[in-house]
Amino acid sequence: MIWVNQIIQGILLGGYYALLACGLSFMFGVMGIINIAHGSLAVVAAYMLFVLADQFQVNPFIGLIAVVPIMALVGWVLHRLVLERSARAGELVPILSTFGLAIVLDNSMFTHFGADTRSLAPYIGTLDYDSWTLPGNLIIGKLPLITFAVAVLLLGGLHLLLRRTALGRRIRAATVDPDTAQLVGVNARAVYAAATAIAMVTVAIAGAFQAMRATFDPYIGGQLLIFAFEAVVIGGAGSLWGTLFGGIVLGVAQSIGAQIHPQGFLIAGHAVFLVILVARLYVTRDMRHFFRLFRRRAV
Amino acid sequence: MSLLEVQGLEARYGLLSAVRGINLAIAEGEKVALVGANGAGKTTLLRTIAGVHHVAGGRIVFEGADITHVSAHRRCASGIALVPEGRRLFPAMTVEENLLVAQSAKREGPWHLESVLEAFPQLKPKLKAPAGELSGGQQQATAIGRALMTNPRVLLLDEVSLGLSPVAVHAVYESLGALLKTKTAIVLVEQDLQRTLDVADRIVCMLEGAIVAEGRAHEMSREQVMGHYFGSRTESTAQRATA
Repeated sequence: MIWVNQIIQGILLGGYYALLACGLSFMFGVMGIINIAHGSLAVVAAYMLFVLADQFQVNPFIGLIAVVPIMALVGWVLHRLVLERSARAGELVPILSTFGLAIVLDNSMFTHFGADTRSLAPYIGTLDYDSWTLPGNLIIGKLPLITFAVAVLLLGGLHLLLRRTALGRRIRAATVDPDTAQLVGVNARAVYAAATAIAMVTVAIAGAFQAMRATFDPYIGGQLLIFAFEAVVIGGAGSLWGTLFGGIVLGVAQSIGAQIHPQGFLIAGHAVFLVILVARLYVTRDMRHFFRLFRRRAV
Repeated sequence: MSLLEVQGLEARYGLLSAVRGINLAIAEGEKVALVGANGAGKTTLLRTIAGVHHVAGGRIVFEGADITHVSAHRRCASGIALVPEGRRLFPAMTVEENLLVAQSAKREGPWHLESVLEAFPQLKPKLKAPAGELSGGQQQATAIGRALMTNPRVLLLDEVSLGLSPVAVHAVYESLGALLKTKTAIVLVEQDLQRTLDVADRIVCMLEGAIVAEGRAHEMSREQVMGHYFGSRTESTAQRATA
């Protein structure tokens, strides 16, 4: 039962990773941009919620009502001022510019808030550690379950947005062929800015759950980015439901790793990521090549 | 007054001049055919008018307003639509989505999903199919339908019959028949010379990026157009008619 419990905890943890990764995946899928400042921006949102909770006694869930639109605006401005300009200079430049942005954000937060670790857990009552105990001594934490549900809802919402709305159609068209999209009246610039704003909405929510379930400090953004990046790569870059799958694989691997050895939590996650990365790079390519040859011979 | 006016237009690919000193005026409802060999600059001219190729010199005036430096999506919203060479559909999106995305132009007019499907009935059963899985003829119908969904005043058609079977070409032109009778001005680039002469009011011959001849379609013979097409005739038909 211990292993079953660990797998359940891993799946729930995977929901958190999916939440963290969906903005990164969305931006890469739509614009082909890897936002290195992704984790740092999540920490910015966490600090905003912390200030609201600490200074104005605003519950973090209520605080999201203010922080989400602010982060959407940050996304819009980020695209117009940084991403759009740097993307014109080539594929690598947005990586460099967002890396620079991450450094600026991290150090600005350090200057303003200091190196102390903070958490939103004290502001959400007992939700942080409340849980249900199921038969067989299986434990389901309330906050992890809410996080998982929010991740599924968010990914489902993004999926519906892309498939069922006019904005979604415009985003998909501009993703495939921005020139042709413009020919049918799509303002690709505005669409990309809107997509960045949407990604920042998910970043704000991810930052909130990070701050509620654990602690955060000005320099934790890099670590969050690594987890998000691993979930995206495992699930397939740009694929929304793949991101959920990637998050779950990463979460389960870490959870089982922790059960095997106390230090196995991070190592197991990174090992699974590396194995899948190598498989994606070599095995699937060779398999595709093999099947192509096989098909040609069959013909 | 002309609906669309191109004055001394220049367009380049790097140092290579693809379009040189083009002067062209198109009236409302006029059907103009651009003919010329490969590399004559026809496609570049259409792309420059539509706003997806940079203007290196000259002006483009539409409905009296200078749109030389206006972005492609704004030109589309003001009534210029291009059916690009090779269709350029969004392959993973369904036919319906390909058509509906063109509503981004937000122009009022007779063309909407129902009227486009009426004009191109071959698309009705394929509405939910990904555009990338359609036949060439159905893809071309989708591309034209998508441009019509923007309710254009000027429709630029680039090589509509390219890569299509004769049956598919016939079907596409049959559907275009209704469009040819409307007030929408059409600039058509087409390799099929006979069809061009049949549908156009005016023929404009291009060679090496410049206009070398133009005249009313019914005044030009197939041989005359062929002469300009291959550059063996340099005297403009318009000049000859004046003489």
